[in-house]
Amino acid sequence: MTSLGGAFFAVIQRDLSIAMRHRGDLLNPLFFFLIVVTLVPLGISPEPTRLAAMAPGMIWISALLATLLALDNLFQADFADGSLVQLMLSPEPLWLLVLAKIIAHWLVTGLPVVLFSPLLGMILSLPGAGFLPLLLGLALGTAVFSLLGAVGAALTVALHKGSVLLSLLVMPLYVPVLIFGTSAVQRAVDGMNYGGVMAILAAVAAFSLLLAPFAAAGALKVGING
Amino acid sequence: MSSQPLLEFRALTFERDDWPLFSDLCGALKAGEILQITGANGCGKTTLLHILATIQAPTAGSLHWQGRDISRCRQEYLTAMAFVGHQSGLKLSLTPRENLHWLSQLQPLSRVSSGAALARIGLAGFEDVPCYTLSAGQLRRAALAILCMSEAKLWLLDEPLTALDVEGIADLEALLLGHVAEGGGVVLSSHQPLAIPALRTLALDAMTEVAY
Amino acid sequence: MWQWFHKLGSPRWFYHLSSKFLPWLALASVVLIVTGVVWGLAFAPQDARQGNSFRIIYIHVPASFLALAGYYVMAAAGAVGMIWKIKLADMVMVAAAPLGAALTFIALFTGAIWGKPTWGTYWIWDARITSMLVLLFLYIGIIALSRSFSTRETSARACAILALVGTVNIPIIYKSVDWWYTLHQPATIKLTGAPSMHPDMFKPLLVMILGFYCFYALVLLLNTRTEILQRERRTTWVKELAAGK
Repeated sequence: MTSLGGAFFAVIQRDLSIAMRHRGDLLNPLFFFLIVVTLVPLGISPEPTRLAAMAPGMIWISALLATLLALDNLFQADFADGSLVQLMLSPEPLWLLVLAKIIAHWLVTGLPVVLFSPLLGMILSLPGAGFLPLLLGLALGTAVFSLLGAVGAALTVALHKGSVLLSLLVMPLYVPVLIFGTSAVQRAVDGMNYGGVMAILAAVAAFSLLLAPFAAAGALKVGING
Repeated sequence: MSSQPLLEFRALTFERDDWPLFSDLCGALKAGEILQITGANGCGKTTLLHILATIQAPTAGSLHWQGRDISRCRQEYLTAMAFVGHQSGLKLSLTPRENLHWLSQLQPLSRVSSGAALARIGLAGFEDVPCYTLSAGQLRRAALAILCMSEAKLWLLDEPLTALDVEGIADLEALLLGHVAEGGGVVLSSHQPLAIPALRTLALDAMTEVAY
Repeated sequence: MWQWFHKLGSPRWFYHLSSKFLPWLALASVVLIVTGVVWGLAFAPQDARQGNSFRIIYIHVPASFLALAGYYVMAAAGAVGMIWKIKLADMVMVAAAPLGAALTFIALFTGAIWGKPTWGTYWIWDARITSMLVLLFLYIGIIALSRSFSTRETSARACAILALVGTVNIPIIYKSVDWWYTLHQPATIKLTGAPSMHPDMFKPLLVMILGFYCFYALVLLLNTRTEILQRERRTTWVKELAAGK
């Protein structure tokens, strides 16, 4: 017989093992992240002080785009091969399984971006004080990106032109996270206390965690009808 | 065994933007019966199966599971129902065994081990190769292996014969007959004839010209 | 009450009912807007610092109000349609999206025109303007989504979900943008707020806001009626209507 936790962890485990078999796909958002950040000094200026001023914003924006790039794969592949329907016909609560998918998705797309970010901070001459808030903020922020993005991904799951539309739907919703995330880093760099901003970011993440799985589950029920 | 039908649908209507695909469709499936839905392409076979599986909602009408409205006992219905759709539901990068293991966490699938199920459906020796190396027919067999493991009373199969060879069709027929002999029920869609005695059919004649 | 609710949900009943008060609504919006425009442009006193250029607020402020209110109207209609499965609410939602987007655009456009004499530039990353721009993106998302589905019902449900998610997010977006602006705000630029306005300037504004509300209701009704006719075109009552009964 199935158990509640069993199905939840089975979904995470399955998605992780699929990701491990496509390691190339796993690296693509990371390289994208790296290349976008490399374009900044080429496009603006290699001068360390100017780069340092832009570093928090540029890293955050590239991280946002990198996670956005991987977002349409959250449900679309499962929809195409029919396993999404099996997921939805499970007697387990759908929001829980959706949450499992979101967590797995974050582990393979959001987390690598977070871990990669100090390197990018370094090449963009981010001052030392900014690294910790960058890591913490991105960890919370990419989780929100995955959670909110899941709603959009669920709505567009059956649409063939999904990915551009998906970006259009979810990017406006990412605005607060971007604002709080970059300013936490900026405050740290300026020698100010960033605890309050980080707390707001954590609150936004908790709020998304509470609501997004339900919204995404509802969205899936609608979205699969194309 | 009571005379209460396993699954009953009353006055099902499905419209796609005011174009009726079918309307006022009634029917019932008793334990031990196999119902074949036939009809031309685009007449709504898949839609009907999706409605029966509660993937899509009908525009009007109701579904009843053992006499109770499904909207009140959906959870219970889902544990008692297995659906194999037109798409296999298998991840191509996983092996058949891994796929079945995953599915068995989602639904009550534990009658036999995944290895035995795969052997029964004719995939012995292919348990641990990635699904993308399997042919279309083998993939369909792997998808149907779920049924060997399933504890579900009701099977809903959308075009299960697709890509199967003669032997595969015979295997499937045996599987279906075994299931109904144990008091289960099957609804399947297919435009091919099946060699099953006492097969009931529901012809969805094309009510509109709208093919979708 | 419940019966009334469902009766209101009948597109036919709604169509006939709305025919009755449509002329009054049209009259009210024309009277209010003409009064407001003449009063605001010709009779309200000049602003001490901005001169005559401030008069664009008689368009800008009502449009901004309705741009945001329109999003909530749309989301509420979507929620009603989703929860009670009332087709009419779906139609209202579909009708409200482009209307809201248009008002948001007007608010942004008039803001830009106002910005030139006030700040010396058409565009400035002011908190309100930026929030308005994000709101426009939210509307564009809804409109783009609504056009992507093959059936109207799915489209309405999907848009309702997105609109609800947006509704939850809008206060967070507005707050965050406000906060962001205070971080980067140059001290010299400070927008005059409504409370410090002279009553003689404020009264025509109030008339304009009322007029815009009536106008919004009018256009929403007209849009919804068009949507009703289009969707119900195969029913006998619409055919009778088209034949001039």
